Amino acid sequence: MMITVHHYLLLSIALFVIGAIGVVTRRNALIIFMSIELMLNAVNIAFLAFARWNLLIEGKMIVLFVLAVAAAEAAVGLGIVISIYRNRQTVYVDEMRLLKG
Amino acid sequence: MIPFIVIAALKVVFIFGVILSLVPVLIWMERKGAAYIQDRRGPNRASILGIRMGGVIHSLADALKLFTKEEIAASSVSKPIFYIAPMIAFFVAIVIVGVVPFAEPVAIAGYEFTLQIADLNAGLIYVFAMSSIGVYALLMAGWSAAGKYSMLGALRAAAQMISYEVALGLSVVAIFLLSGSLRLQDIVFDQGALVWHWNAVRQPLAFVLFIAALFAETNRLPFDLPEGESELVAGYHTEYSSMRFALFFMGEYTHIAVGSLIIATLFFGGWQFPFIDASIIRENINNIIIFGWPVAGIMALIFGWWLTTKFRRRYKDLRDFEPLVWGVPIMLFAVLLFISWAGLISRGYLDSIPAEVGDIAVFLIQMGTLLAKAIFFCAVFIWVRWTLPRFRYDQLMNLGWKVMVPLGVANVAATAAVMAFY
Amino acid sequence: MMEAILFYILASVAVIAALLVITRANPISSALMLVVCFLASAGIFAMLGATFLAVLQVLLYAGAIMVLFVFVIMLIQTDPKDLKKRQMTFGKLLGAAAAVYLAIVLGIAVWRPPFIAAPQAGEAFLTPSTIGHQLLTTYVLPFEILSVLLLIAIIGAVVLAKKKI
Repeated sequence: MMITVHHYLLLSIALFVIGAIGVVTRRNALIIFMSIELMLNAVNIAFLAFARWNLLIEGKMIVLFVLAVAAAEAAVGLGIVISIYRNRQTVYVDEMRLLKG
Repeated sequence: MIPFIVIAALKVVFIFGVILSLVPVLIWMERKGAAYIQDRRGPNRASILGIRMGGVIHSLADALKLFTKEEIAASSVSKPIFYIAPMIAFFVAIVIVGVVPFAEPVAIAGYEFTLQIADLNAGLIYVFAMSSIGVYALLMAGWSAAGKYSMLGALRAAAQMISYEVALGLSVVAIFLLSGSLRLQDIVFDQGALVWHWNAVRQPLAFVLFIAALFAETNRLPFDLPEGESELVAGYHTEYSSMRFALFFMGEYTHIAVGSLIIATLFFGGWQFPFIDASIIRENINNIIIFGWPVAGIMALIFGWWLTTKFRRRYKDLRDFEPLVWGVPIMLFAVLLFISWAGLISRGYLDSIPAEVGDIAVFLIQMGTLLAKAIFFCAVFIWVRWTLPRFRYDQLMNLGWKVMVPLGVANVAATAAVMAFY
Repeated sequence: MMEAILFYILASVAVIAALLVITRANPISSALMLVVCFLASAGIFAMLGATFLAVLQVLLYAGAIMVLFVFVIMLIQTDPKDLKKRQMTFGKLLGAAAAVYLAIVLGIAVWRPPFIAAPQAGEAFLTPSTIGHQLLTTYVLPFEILSVLLLIAIIGAVVLAKKKI
């Protein structure tokens, strides 16, 4: 049994699509957030698979940047969730329909 | 050829065995240390047929008690998370030891053999990664128990461990700069055998920061706010009983043992014997065996004799005979060492010691050196715990973010500047 | 052979954990499952010759970001009974169907030869020092911009979370 780059890409696609489904079907802002992280992670796997098969270091560099950006995004995103919760007492996105705070 | 996986499995069993057998000893050290610091005698009652081993039997009795106790879980707990949390606590503590090198790589019977489970090229980051996973055990335990105190303990634990991880990571960046590698074996080689080349001497600030952050990571006093018996009734493990509590307990002591090994490896030269280079030991290993053998015998004889002089009729029961039970066999063992040494010398076996035996002897010396250093740092852990009072929460956060992180950054900058200009 | 077994174990753990992430009602279970998924992904990273990134993934994602998630969930979570029931709408079904369609399209798109095993990786590809070297030479500008981004994120998070500024 040989593991080719396609295996890794299919895994990446599967995780990415699961994340996408999570984003469109869930209403809890935190879970939507986690689904986005899942999608980022799936993309990382694809990058690393390409990097490994083409022996390019660029794939690894991109993953490093994605990790750092994900950390920044999580910090700000969770800050937003907390401040929404503080004002609205909810984390469900379908209850957040007022533009005005 | 022995397959790779068998060797790996044997290494895992051996190293985990060493670490796990340290745990009861550490518990004993902790109780005795606490007792002597508080000016009392400590555990000395439990005995098997009069044998007390200075209180080590108490650890055995504790283990037995915890094994046989009833397991209680409140009806409001989230069962799966509640049950998994202690396992994570223990797993994380022991899995870190996988990257610690216990000895120099040697070629035994044609094998390139290192007593290190996984020689990762990102070894030190792995240590941090695993210890950062450890916070889940505390979070999960505290949250799933559905109690106020547990929850508060978990929240404190999460905030504390995340804060101090930053300081922990920053403190060792200077060491990365010095040794130019993340591999622990390379860091040990880089330090060499001379004491003033060890990182504790070259990077004293990094060492202080690292050891303080490690105290915080292991949730030991003065950073034991997540447990804080007097405020939170043991915090995240309030609701645990029986063996699950014991797993947390063992996890803590395993963490201390492994943390001490990491300190010894990073800052105190790992398996390097002080002042004597590994290659010198390897060249002279035949002489070391020939002279070390009777010296070991003499030391055993003196120790056994000292034990037997402790024999007194104090209790008028089996306990009186404990010094004899230990002292006489040790003296017999010493005599055995002398006889075997004399026999081997007279037959000339010791003139041509096989290379494998020499390699194993070197390996034992190096491993013993590392373990001795580690046990010294375990003692430091215990000493600090029973000497310093607990921080207040704001003091803890101030220390972490306003003192340790800036100092860590300054240390990295200074080290980099010195390395760039010299 | 060994590689295949390892790959299938890690991949199935990752996919199952990911499915659990988007189906659990309780955000805590979701978050913990996401941690499992990230750990399995870290294993995949290590198989792809990126040990450093695998460890960094555990350290950053599992050890820091997800701890933050769990921390926030614990802070704002009141009672499991207050969790909303699952609710299926036409829009959601459409979205999910579109996502599955995307998966099929992507799968067909990538499934083309050559089906070859990975080439032998050299020492330069595997060591973390190459990453560090690249980071401070070729990628020094993105690296610096990233530090600014992280600073902005810190300030943003503090401003958002603070009650009164």
